[in-house]
Amino acid sequence: MNTRKLRTAALAISAAALSVSLAACGSSGPAGSSSASSGTATMWGLTGGNQPVLQKSVAAWNSAHTDQTIKLDFFANDAFKTKVRTAVGAGEGPTFIYGWGGGVLKSYVDAGQAEDLSAFIKENPEVKDRYLPSVLKNGEINGKTYALPNNNVQPVVLYYNKEVFDKVGAQAPKTWDDVMALVPKFKEAGIAPFSLGGQSKWPDLMWLEYLVERIGGPEVFANIAANKPNAWSDPAVGQALTKIQELVNAGGFINGFSSIAADSNADQALLYTGKAAMVLQGGWIYQGMKKDAADFVSSGKLGFTTFPTVAGGKGDPANIVGNPSNFWSISAKATDEQKKAALNYVKDGMFTDADTDALISSGAVPVVNGIEGKLAASPDKDFLTFVYGLAKGAPSFTLSWDQALSPAQGDAMLSNLEQIFLKKITPEQFVSTMNATIGK
Amino acid sequence: MAADSSIRRAARDAGPSGWLALPALVFFLVFAVVPLAGVVFLSFTSWDGLREIRLDGLSSWATVLTDPVTGNALLVTAKIMFFSFMVQAPISLLLGVFTAGGQKYRAALAVLYFLPLLLSSAAVAIAFKALLDPNFGLGPGLQVPFLIQDWLGNSDLVLFVVVFVIAWQFVPFHTLIYQGGVRQIPTSLYEAAEIDGAGRVRQFLNITLPQLKYTIITSSTLMVVGSLAYFDLIFVLTGGGPGYSTRLLPLHMYLTGFKANDMGAASALGVILIVIGLGLALLLQRLGGKNRNASQLEGA
Repeated sequence: MNTRKLRTAALAISAAALSVSLAACGSSGPAGSSSASSGTATMWGLTGGNQPVLQKSVAAWNSAHTDQTIKLDFFANDAFKTKVRTAVGAGEGPTFIYGWGGGVLKSYVDAGQAEDLSAFIKENPEVKDRYLPSVLKNGEINGKTYALPNNNVQPVVLYYNKEVFDKVGAQAPKTWDDVMALVPKFKEAGIAPFSLGGQSKWPDLMWLEYLVERIGGPEVFANIAANKPNAWSDPAVGQALTKIQELVNAGGFINGFSSIAADSNADQALLYTGKAAMVLQGGWIYQGMKKDAADFVSSGKLGFTTFPTVAGGKGDPANIVGNPSNFWSISAKATDEQKKAALNYVKDGMFTDADTDALISSGAVPVVNGIEGKLAASPDKDFLTFVYGLAKGAPSFTLSWDQALSPAQGDAMLSNLEQIFLKKITPEQFVSTMNATIGK
Repeated sequence: MAADSSIRRAARDAGPSGWLALPALVFFLVFAVVPLAGVVFLSFTSWDGLREIRLDGLSSWATVLTDPVTGNALLVTAKIMFFSFMVQAPISLLLGVFTAGGQKYRAALAVLYFLPLLLSSAAVAIAFKALLDPNFGLGPGLQVPFLIQDWLGNSDLVLFVVVFVIAWQFVPFHTLIYQGGVRQIPTSLYEAAEIDGAGRVRQFLNITLPQLKYTIITSSTLMVVGSLAYFDLIFVLTGGGPGYSTRLLPLHMYLTGFKANDMGAASALGVILIVIGLGLALLLQRLGGKNRNASQLEGA
């Protein structure tokens, strides 16, 4: 091997190292730019429970409106969140931007990437009227509507396996003290008290969200989201973090929770296989379990309840956290033709009777009015009416914090919260680190 | 006479026209140098990927250099680099020498050894993630006590698991390099050694190893600098976790850029990565000695 070859090899290696940093910068959407000229609107959806519903809805629209077709692609949740932002920033984003509302939506609005839909819903009051008002509110930024709900209400609830509860002779926990008392019972029986998809990080957040909500009420996070200085120093945050670490110390979470990924549904699998007794998760995993463990769900072994109360807490026990819905925003950079097709779909193609029925039969509660009858007639009526009741009756429905905050804050919060679960940092360290991110 | 010989030498040294390097050079400029300049520029800006790129002086650098996670990422990178080298180099050297032999069973084994080379990093990572799952993996499935460990969730253990999986994937590649290197050593050297009464070990230490000097340098360069580029495998296997235990520099750069949407800081990390990579590559070349054109085969 001579010098020149070696040097070339070295250069090639350095170039390979570089390519990690560089290739990602130029990421281009598969659908965005190429179809922009043809006037076909593009839509990126999420894989998972609602994928077949959306697929059918768009297919029905396309066959009825051959002049205003929509090209639909699907991405996995985490991959989508990374990809869509890069694509939108590069002007290659889809016409329909899928989102959760909150701080992420605000960042699109601030960058002038999301179309103002206020005039559209004024002209088409029937669009506004179909939604539950509390959900619609989450698509508003500074009093203007930038996003419209597109699927189902997804509050976070406590799921439990009735079979293993019967085995140890326990009742679903109503208070935090019940939770702590259940932990040794299940451990003795060789069952993990709680399943947790810790590698995905966001399932950790559900614990903090609910504990802060139960201890301090919705104002605590409202102050954080409003970027008030030192808002994380509210005693409710510290107490909630301490409770989390107490539960970790007591062995409340399944062994190896930090390497379990929620994106591959491993956390729900632990519940329905009886390896774990409970899991705190979003309303959407009902759809997943209905598909992956149909017998378990249909035979009534799946229990669900609200998050336990905390003694002395200020929060209303009826308050919930989670995702009020997912939303469609329309890209401000789309062509007029694409926008027209997109708005027409939102007006006439979305939440048709077929869509609503498909959502309900998949095990989801659509965010529209007047579906009580349909829910009560569904084989999943226990869960659906439970979720619908929660969403309708909740005095406050706090959006998942990682979506409510700006991306930089959200990422720092998830990383630091993981450290809390791993007992690598103290609640005080978490609070001071997070206070430093306020306003970022 | 002097003029005559210098002309002859010039003609001999000229070789093929320098224009032949042009396509490669253009490719390199467009896909490496230009983006590199872009990364350096971005490291002095603040950009969330959506809004305008704003010149921001050294603030991204200040963020990156004061963030303890950066130091930790460097440490994790160094550890992975060191342990990867210590595990992969001896194994692939020995396997390479072994598979270079002409026997049929060695050829058959070589085919098996090279299998991991055919798999993509993401596939390897997903497979190992499933095998090492603390609840549904190999250990709980077979009820082997030793295998029932929290391989990917234990902060102290996970680094070595990552090193093992990297080795599993890349040892075949380096074995291939060594196999080629060994096969180029003239058999006359071994014949002479045998006549002199040298045994197997002696032959390996005194002939094979010195003859493989440049193969070792190439393979080591690829191993060391390559470990700065481990990303896909670790991203899928652990996502950098638990906590920051396996968040090495390239992964830290990616997560800063595309999860926290701080392109300025991510670019600064990219520059650090490039500087370290180039420095290491140059250093390893230096280790090859000054007189790199000296013949290795005198007397062969």
